[in-house]
Amino acid sequence: MRIVFKTDYMQDIRPWKDGHQLSLYLILLALVVVAPWILNDFYLGELTNVLIWAIAGLGLMILTGHTGQASLGHAAFLAMGCYANVILLEQGVPFVLAFPLAGLITGIVGALVALPAMRLHGIYLAIFTMALSILVDDIIVLTEPWSGGVSGKYVGPVSLFGLEIDRWGTPWAFYWLVLGVTVAVTLGYINLLRSPMGRSFIAVRDSEVSAQAMGVDVARTKTMSFGLSCMVTGWAGALMGLYATVFNNETFTVIISIQLLMMIVIGGLGSIHGAFLGAVVIGFLPQFLSISKEYVGMVFGGSSVAIPGLEVGVFGLILIAFILFEPMGLYGRWLKIRTWFELFPFYRKDMFKRQKSYLKTERLR
Amino acid sequence: MDTLQLLISGLANGCVYGLIALGFVLIYKATEAVNFAQGDLMMLGAFIAIGLTNAEYMGLPFLPSVILSIGIMGVIGYLLDRFVIRLMFGQSQVAVVILTIALGFVIRFVAGLIWGHEPHALENPMAGGEVRLGDLVLGMEDVAVIVVTLLLTFGLFAFFARTKLGLAMQGASQNQLAAYYMGIPVKRVQGLVWALAGAVAAIAGILFAAKGSVDPSTGLLGIKAFAAAVIGGFGSLPGALVGGLIVGVMEPFAARYIAAGYSQIAPYALLVAMLIFRPSGIFSQTRVKKV
Amino acid sequence: MSLLEFENVTLKFGGLTAVNDLSFEVEEGEVFAIVGPNGAGKSTVFNLISRFYDPYAGRIRFDGHDLLQVKPSGVAAYGVARTFQNIELFDHATVLDNLLVGRHRHRRTSLLSELFFTPSVKKQELQNRHVVEEIIDFLDLQPYRDKMIAGLPYGVRKVVEVARALATEPKLLLLDEPASGLSVEETTDMRWWIDDIRRQMGITVLMVEHDMGLVSGVSDRVLAMADGAKLALGTPAEVQSDPAVIEAYLGRAA
Ligand SMILES: Nc1ncnc2c1ncn2[C@@H]1O[C@H](COP(=O)(O)OP(=O)(O)O)[C@@H](O)[C@H]1O
Ligand SMILES: [Mg+2]
Repeated sequence: MRIVFKTDYMQDIRPWKDGHQLSLYLILLALVVVAPWILNDFYLGELTNVLIWAIAGLGLMILTGHTGQASLGHAAFLAMGCYANVILLEQGVPFVLAFPLAGLITGIVGALVALPAMRLHGIYLAIFTMALSILVDDIIVLTEPWSGGVSGKYVGPVSLFGLEIDRWGTPWAFYWLVLGVTVAVTLGYINLLRSPMGRSFIAVRDSEVSAQAMGVDVARTKTMSFGLSCMVTGWAGALMGLYATVFNNETFTVIISIQLLMMIVIGGLGSIHGAFLGAVVIGFLPQFLSISKEYVGMVFGGSSVAIPGLEVGVFGLILIAFILFEPMGLYGRWLKIRTWFELFPFYRKDMFKRQKSYLKTERLR
Repeated sequence: MDTLQLLISGLANGCVYGLIALGFVLIYKATEAVNFAQGDLMMLGAFIAIGLTNAEYMGLPFLPSVILSIGIMGVIGYLLDRFVIRLMFGQSQVAVVILTIALGFVIRFVAGLIWGHEPHALENPMAGGEVRLGDLVLGMEDVAVIVVTLLLTFGLFAFFARTKLGLAMQGASQNQLAAYYMGIPVKRVQGLVWALAGAVAAIAGILFAAKGSVDPSTGLLGIKAFAAAVIGGFGSLPGALVGGLIVGVMEPFAARYIAAGYSQIAPYALLVAMLIFRPSGIFSQTRVKKV
Repeated sequence: MSLLEFENVTLKFGGLTAVNDLSFEVEEGEVFAIVGPNGAGKSTVFNLISRFYDPYAGRIRFDGHDLLQVKPSGVAAYGVARTFQNIELFDHATVLDNLLVGRHRHRRTSLLSELFFTPSVKKQELQNRHVVEEIIDFLDLQPYRDKMIAGLPYGVRKVVEVARALATEPKLLLLDEPASGLSVEETTDMRWWIDDIRRQMGITVLMVEHDMGLVSGVSDRVLAMADGAKLALGTPAEVQSDPAVIEAYLGRAA
């Protein structure tokens, strides 16, 4: 076990604990940067997909994991970012501008949506955002002249600083674009968490009354969180559009909203790591299922049959298992494993024992 | 006359929404959690009744199998609480929401495995029957739906207001800790509420499958029942019914009088508007947390 | 002019009058205690100061400002900090982060600069940490500095709440039952701390407390309440021997 001695305040302020941890993250970064030379196009595409989901997860994590506001409607903001980006591109706005603007517009819309939603607690907010997400499908159909309605839209390659970024033609360039956005968003997130705004998010999440008593304006903080969350989600949506190249009113369904929320729960609410771990699960679950189906088919004979809804069903089961047995998600599990190794052989079972408490009530006591 | 026909079929649909909403409210009142799988439980109840009644499956007589399926769903509700929900005791509302959404996914998946994804209707003695009131011709199923729903709602209302167990359930909902100290067996009460919600879901499902057809994704209709519950204030049983009726009646009229693209969004638009302007529903007043 | 003034304040919850035509003043630099049986309306007085409720009638002034003109989050900005009877900490954050939230009213940076963690943000953070570390030292919280609240014992949480309130650098500190649930030793510590908060830091303290030993030990003046109204006001000895107060307590006990 490494013991870190605190010698000055900077040690708390900088984002890594010590040189050891920093070098681990740098190695990880180096690995993902050189991924295009290591992976073939198929797996590079999958990795790109995982990163895009991770960005979306980071977006929702700000709101749900760190501000405690559950949204069952973030697919609406994915759609918003996707359409804003493409419509701007169609208007001849260069990608360097269109992409940041797409996120910004989504963020502003998100903050506006947040205004009425501010008075809603817990479940009501979840239902509200879910209704929004359902409405998106119809809104896209109704705004056909801009959105292309049911027939949808197509987005071709974009160019950034003279480099052509084509999902199919130059998958490595697209991958680096996504990686760049991922890194930028992650760094911003880290900075947020070590400054007053991020802490006020956490304060609102854990106790609105005492946040207020400490001078945190709860409504404003939630609005900010909504805005930031939607901005990042909008960027993820824009990238999803570029990744899919075609999309229409049925691309960003409420099921996507729910999957996104479930993803960060599985990954671990309230941690940046959780968004990434959850994205890995979401990204590789279909592969994993089809491989294991083939395997089962091989062992028991017979060709592999298509089971409709299998993916979603298995996903639901995984999620139930996590919520019941590991509410801290994959990241929480990882922390336990790491502690076990660090403290070996002194780990005690009750070290992470969950606190028993009664249902947190929002009613009169 | 035409308007009246629309109204009646809207009311019948609304009753089903109302019954699902009733399930939400029951569980919400007792545990302060919202069961997002209530619609899927309804679908499951319908399929169990179909599995028992329809000739292609077991072909049992209608009435016994209806009663049996209500019983089975009650047991399923109880078991869900006993082995899944109860483990969540003490966690946040949102965690329970996510859990029940996942449960819904699983129920849908299982129903699809067993009964396939084709729509099924429940074979029943009322099929094709008519009730004539003057010039008005009403489908027997529609009338049955309305009558059963009204009876059930007021039965439950009386149960909560009058009986000891009902009051205990209310107490358990208002303050788990205090109820616990006062000797109310909070956990047992919670299990009974889930059983009740399962039974109500079965009734809703049977009525729905008798007047139309169900497939595994029918449960998604539960979202409209949210609108109903929110309109009713999420804490009141008659409120849930009234909310359901409002949503149910609104649909056919919106389809008739509003342009095509807009009509199906009416229930959701109403839900959003309700949440913005009167989140506590049309019946109750807001409450604040005490510190 | 007094630091805090309550003038004929009344608050009703439905049919229940929780605070009834209550007037009192807290002078700068004193320790002022409110006592009274459960349900007397003591916490409600605090919640009125925190602006969680709008009074039905009356005026509340703090340091020359009309408190009724500010929103709940604005009260801290005037220099009022508080603790809660049933501990309201940020459970899934560390002790350090809890105290840093207390620094929120001193925030001078914008969201944008925070996202880039500009030098000005860094400077502010170093300053915040400096203040917070001193409070941690003052209240002996070093062993818990980097621990999550959720895993801490009750007694420590009570102290963390006081620490968080102090981190705001208030003029007036409201303590709602600071010693309830504490052991004898912990209560003694709390007593010295309250003394030091007033003497060394020069902070005015308004507290609700049932432990009469603690009340008479640290407070200059005591307000006794029952059913939302004032029963008696004076030195601890005066209030304890006041017939109306004795009556109220005995009446309840009987
Ligand atoms: N938010 C509220 N809604 C309704 N009644 C309340 C609320 N807060 C306090 N009360 C009531 O006001 C009275 C005074 O409460 P409180 O100030 O908490 O008493 P205490 O003196 O024990 O701190 C009690 O009868 C309590 O039930
Ligand atoms: Mg009190």
